[in-house]
Amino acid sequence: MTDPLALETSGLTKVYGSGHTEVVALRDASMRVRRGEVVALLGPSGAGKSTFLLCVGLINPPTRGTVTIGGKLMQDGPRSLGDLRRFRREHIGFVFQKSNLIPFLSAIENVQVVGELIGRPSSVARRRANELLDALGVGKRAFNMPTQLSGGEQQRVTVARALANQPSLILADEPTAALDSVRGRQVMELFRDVAHRHGTGVIVVTHDHRALDVFDTIYEMEDGLLKPAASTAAKATPPAHDIRLS
Amino acid sequence: MNLAVRDIRHNLGRFVLTTLGVGMLLMVVMGMGGIYRGLVDDALVVTRGVGADLWVVQRDTRGPFAEVSRLPRSLVDRVAAVPGVTDAREFVFHTIQREHRGKPLRMGVLGLGWPTDKGEGLPLIAGRPLAQNHFEMIADESLGLGLGERLRLGKDTYTVVGLTRWLVASGGDGIACFTSRDAQAIQFDEPGESIRLERQARRARADEIDFGRTQPGVLDRASGPAQNLAALPGPAISAVIAHLMPGTDPASVQRSMSGWSDVTTYTGPQQEELLLKGSVDRARRQILLFRVLLTIISAVIMALIIYTLTLDKLHPIALLKLIGAPTRVIAGLILQQSLIMGVLAYGVGYLIGTRLFPLFPRRVLVTNDDLLRLAGIVLVISVLASLLGIWKAMRVAPNEAIG
Ligand SMILES: Nc1ncnc2c1ncn2[C@@H]1O[C@H](COP(=O)(O)OP(=O)(O)OP(=O)(O)O)[C@@H](O)[C@H]1O
Ligand SMILES: [Mg+2]
Repeated sequence: MTDPLALETSGLTKVYGSGHTEVVALRDASMRVRRGEVVALLGPSGAGKSTFLLCVGLINPPTRGTVTIGGKLMQDGPRSLGDLRRFRREHIGFVFQKSNLIPFLSAIENVQVVGELIGRPSSVARRRANELLDALGVGKRAFNMPTQLSGGEQQRVTVARALANQPSLILADEPTAALDSVRGRQVMELFRDVAHRHGTGVIVVTHDHRALDVFDTIYEMEDGLLKPAASTAAKATPPAHDIRLS
Repeated sequence: MNLAVRDIRHNLGRFVLTTLGVGMLLMVVMGMGGIYRGLVDDALVVTRGVGADLWVVQRDTRGPFAEVSRLPRSLVDRVAAVPGVTDAREFVFHTIQREHRGKPLRMGVLGLGWPTDKGEGLPLIAGRPLAQNHFEMIADESLGLGLGERLRLGKDTYTVVGLTRWLVASGGDGIACFTSRDAQAIQFDEPGESIRLERQARRARADEIDFGRTQPGVLDRASGPAQNLAALPGPAISAVIAHLMPGTDPASVQRSMSGWSDVTTYTGPQQEELLLKGSVDRARRQILLFRVLLTIISAVIMALIIYTLTLDKLHPIALLKLIGAPTRVIAGLILQQSLIMGVLAYGVGYLIGTRLFPLFPRRVLVTNDDLLRLAGIVLVISVLASLLGIWKAMRVAPNEAIG
């Protein structure tokens, strides 16, 4: 994928329900994310931020509009679920507010499974999972089950999983809500480092205004309307972890 | 990395318990098949052992195994004289129940055609065939008699000289083999008092008629053993079994005997069919129905447990879909769990069954064919059992992972 844009959406609209239960969660949302760009998405509850991520992440089909990821037009009408799933597993990484680990897999297996799903040999996927966990500071907990990890550790494993397929786009929905501000900031910085290092586009939905300086661009959403925030202060901050990703 | 195994390890207790339960059910299915095979085998063991080409029995009866059949001993000579018959001998079989060592002892009494048949063809596991024409017996081990043990039947005492295995009558009673003379003696054993009374009555009748007075010898004979009376029949036999010359069509021999109004004839296969139809057929259908029911129950239990295991992991399944796992992976996860359960349950059933069945009072004959067929059925029900779970998993939307 040589397209300089990691993501481009245009006229993205999502209407839930119909008749008097109709909710327009997203109105004509257009966003461009360059490779290596880290975007924050702010907005009050119910604004449509999660809806936006679900549409961009090819999980919920938009009512109207297009989604182009890495130069590939992915959402412009009905597409087979199989196609979308394959694209997701190969090109998108997800992190959500609640840690979303598979309960019957250990930390390292949760990361490894992503590599295996895209066809990497088990040993390769495992080695990479190990590197990621080490880089995220949870290498020592690799063989623990999710229930044996603290909330922050679980979240870092989730981030490792989102990175395991070397995605071109990472979508994170309030990834730091369960973390203290120091840990929260570390995760944000981690996203930025990954983005800058590997040219990954990152969109992070957050309510945490203290870490906004980590982001390249800030968008705001209100009542389904998406617009760039007035001021985007992108200061350079040294990374909390020195990450070496092969 | 195998997701199915990982999830099973996570839910080990429930999985193991269910597998054990299904395993026991499969064991019962296996055992019921074995019981049926055992029934058939037991029913046929005597007929097969005798290996007769033709059975001649009392007219309109179904033979010695089904009901009482009585024929005069002289019939043996009549049958032997029929063209195509190489040899004919008496077949004596009846069931008795006596007391031995303070416990009831029920056994089939089989008369061997001494001296042509001394029991060499029997499934002996210890001892030897009969060596003299009186007072020896070969007992089935299920009767609980030991080699050398002496058993009083009627007026005589018999010594166990040989032991057989699985030589039982169709009712399941162990069979003891005697010479046919002894077998008859056991069958028609009468208490001394009744013989004395019978002789007295005979003598009184003879006294009253002219014949008795004009022929003094008659009076002497009337007081003696019954077999010395030409006018009274000797003890009856159950059937006559005949072997035919090689290449002789049994049907043609049957035709030549069809004019005899006192007997009915059956070929070997006809006799086997009678036996199976009569004693085993209903049991067979009963057992078959039970097996079908148990198989269905196993399938339902498996389906339910696979389904609940799936319900428990709907969230991880949604998550797997979210991160893009293909349908194949998710359906495979459930199908594999079902197959693993089926295979393990089958193994459990087999292991427990092979240890338990020999302790059953009647033979449980588990054949390799039956085992293979059951294995096939288990695979099929494993697949069927997973369908419900797979169907549920397919309906999960990926965004349920973030709800
Ligand atoms: N599946 C759905 N069906 C109907 N309405 C929905 C559905 N999902 C979201 N909505 C509605 O769409 C609107 C946007 O919801 P969304 O979850 O995108 O908001 P959000 O910005 O993520 O809020 P929060 O900050 O609380 O997570 C809300 O009014 C919500 O009620
Ligand atoms: Mg939300």
